[in-house]
Amino acid sequence: MNLSQLTPGERGTIVSFTDLEMSVKLMEMGCLPGEIVEVERFAPLGDPIAIRVAGYQLCLRKNEASVIIIS
Amino acid sequence: MAADLKIALVGNPNTGKSTLFNLLTGLNQKIGNFPGITVDKKTGFCKIGDDKTAEVVDLPGTYSLYPKSKDESIVFQILADRENRSHPDLIVLVADATNLRRNLLLYTQVADLQIPVILALNMTDMAKKEGLAIDIDQLSKNLGVQVVAISARNNIGLKELKEAIANAPSIPTQEPGTDIQVLAPEAIAATGQLIKTTNPYFALQVLHQHSEMDIYTPEQHQQLNQIASEHNFESSKIQTAETVARYRYLGTILSGIITDTGAQKKFIMSDRIDKVLTHKVWGFAIFLLILLFVFNAIFSWSAYPMDMIEEGFARLTDLGHEHLPEGMLTDLLLDGVVAGLGGIVIFIPQIAILFALISIMEDTGYMARVTFMMDRIMRKFGLSGKSVVPMIGSLACAVPSIMSARNIENWKDRIITIMVAPLVSCSARLPVYTLLISLIIPDEKVLGFISLQALTLMGMYLISIIAAVLVAFVMKFLIKAKEKSYFIMEMPVYQRPRWNNVLLTMYEKSKTFVFEAGKVIIAISIVLWVMASFGPSDRFERIDQKYEKIELQQDSLAISTLERDRSAEKLENSYVGILGQTIEPAIRPLGFDWKIGIALITSFAAREAFVGTMATIYSVDSADEEATTIRNKLKGATDANTGLPLFTFATGFSLMLFYAFAMQCMSTVAIVYRETKSWKWPMIQLVYMTALAYFASLIAYQLLR
Repeated sequence: MNLSQLTPGERGTIVSFTDLEMSVKLMEMGCLPGEIVEVERFAPLGDPIAIRVAGYQLCLRKNEASVIIIS
Repeated sequence: MAADLKIALVGNPNTGKSTLFNLLTGLNQKIGNFPGITVDKKTGFCKIGDDKTAEVVDLPGTYSLYPKSKDESIVFQILADRENRSHPDLIVLVADATNLRRNLLLYTQVADLQIPVILALNMTDMAKKEGLAIDIDQLSKNLGVQVVAISARNNIGLKELKEAIANAPSIPTQEPGTDIQVLAPEAIAATGQLIKTTNPYFALQVLHQHSEMDIYTPEQHQQLNQIASEHNFESSKIQTAETVARYRYLGTILSGIITDTGAQKKFIMSDRIDKVLTHKVWGFAIFLLILLFVFNAIFSWSAYPMDMIEEGFARLTDLGHEHLPEGMLTDLLLDGVVAGLGGIVIFIPQIAILFALISIMEDTGYMARVTFMMDRIMRKFGLSGKSVVPMIGSLACAVPSIMSARNIENWKDRIITIMVAPLVSCSARLPVYTLLISLIIPDEKVLGFISLQALTLMGMYLISIIAAVLVAFVMKFLIKAKEKSYFIMEMPVYQRPRWNNVLLTMYEKSKTFVFEAGKVIIAISIVLWVMASFGPSDRFERIDQKYEKIELQQDSLAISTLERDRSAEKLENSYVGILGQTIEPAIRPLGFDWKIGIALITSFAAREAFVGTMATIYSVDSADEEATTIRNKLKGATDANTGLPLFTFATGFSLMLFYAFAMQCMSTVAIVYRETKSWKWPMIQLVYMTALAYFASLIAYQLLR
């Protein structure tokens, strides 16, 4: 299951990434395997989404969220 | 100023790096270019200790040394190249104390480059409030560098930071961090030999990003590529491994250093605000209200200072004409240079106000929310959430708006925003519309209370916005992206604006505009003045003879209008006038005669020149006279060729469309040149907008005729 499938309030633990290039960028921003992520809210039009990770709020498009595999 | 020490500020975005830079250097800073690269370079000077001066450079904020945008790539290039003029003797790494681990990732990369470094932990007061206690001494011991707790926002710890800078050793002291060698042992060794470095991390970085670096010869690039393929060097994979290793290292460094007692208190407030500000209904409603406020502020707050500036320059010109000896040089100085200067200075109030409001929105964190809300819509049209503010600002003036497009990191999104911003109807078009609408639209009411003229004006604004969005949509397919479009953005917590920063931004942006765009504007003003004041000498002689004769005849009627008749006739026979007649065949199908042609040419300097030029051509006493005078004159005007009334509905509407789409604003051309640092984009813009204007007018006139 990937991060874009969660709804606000739900959380999960990052397991891996499906896109190597994107994974570097996401990890630099603190999205590491083992971190807990929580979806905080969707933008009014459903995309992008705001997540809580590594002690701060990050927003990303659903496109990018879908490369993050969670459990 | 000669500096004893060069310091570079490096850090993540939103860490208060720029605030620290402003604190260190005050007004003692300047914006220049990094040679060969289109990134602004902010440098300033700062006193360290009693007798030393340091040159401080503020490098673009970045999350890692692997760049995601052109701006970010400068960081590694400066740090890597010891020959670079900006290469620092000392790095001050600014880190957000409330999110230490992510911020220290960049620290570990920078430290591995073996340049002396000091760690400045910013926002320590905020961390304390949130219940985060950081053992600074232990952190300093673990890392092997000086660590200073500061709060740039509240001016805390600056003295200690300066002391640390003064005491900094000139050789690196940092503890060795992650083992880099294991990531790609053979490739690193081979690269180290090739570029003669014993620093494994430097070698690794060069192997990753040498294609972006211009300090190597083509042969060296070739050899580096060969090393990469020989040793099966997979850039993304190795970057991933490096990042994981660094975080693991940071885990051990930070263990026992941070004690968190009041977990996540900082988010409660921000979350509550976000519930309203990014709400499905309220979010958009509040955004719309804020936009209305911004738009209104740019229009109404600037009205008074703009009037003063206009009046001031008019008085200066009058005074000059009174007291300076008459002659060509005086005319050039007053009507060319001073008029050009006036045309620049007049924009300052709008620029200052727009940037004050933008910097407040950014400082408070609201801008990130706007981007968040609007991204979906804007993306459809090839723009990004961050394009919203420049587009709205263009309703007042495209010049500051194009400058504000710099907030857009993605190159393609930014170029498209810059390219379409001038289509949005700006305040300079307003006098043109007002005059033309009063000429061609009857002063009637629709449904008994809506003025038809006001409705037309609103229609013109609508047309401009629709055009901008459509052109953006087309450009989305035409412009090739240099980088993959993605959107990963830190959402900062809400904060109070820093008023010093706001003031500094206003000052800095106005200054940049005056000095950068100003040069071009003055030059074009002078050229236009010369072309409007001179013509072939035989023609001018004939005019002078004709009017001398009239003067001698003492015909009182003719004499009362003598001066303005003479200047009208001179304008017609000047080079601008001749040019107007030359282009007439081209603009004839749009319903314009050569007199309008003259106005089109003089309008290239600035659209609002239209009214003044029409006044001169049609011999209205002075441009300052009531608009009704000009209107009546124009109403009676007949086509120079057919003798029929000139301003029919078709001609007037076609002319309005022309002004809506044409790039008649040299300030915009100049600022686009400055912002894109090439003539390519302003030229493309000039051509496409002129073509759009021409064909829109052509179609409108031919249909309505």
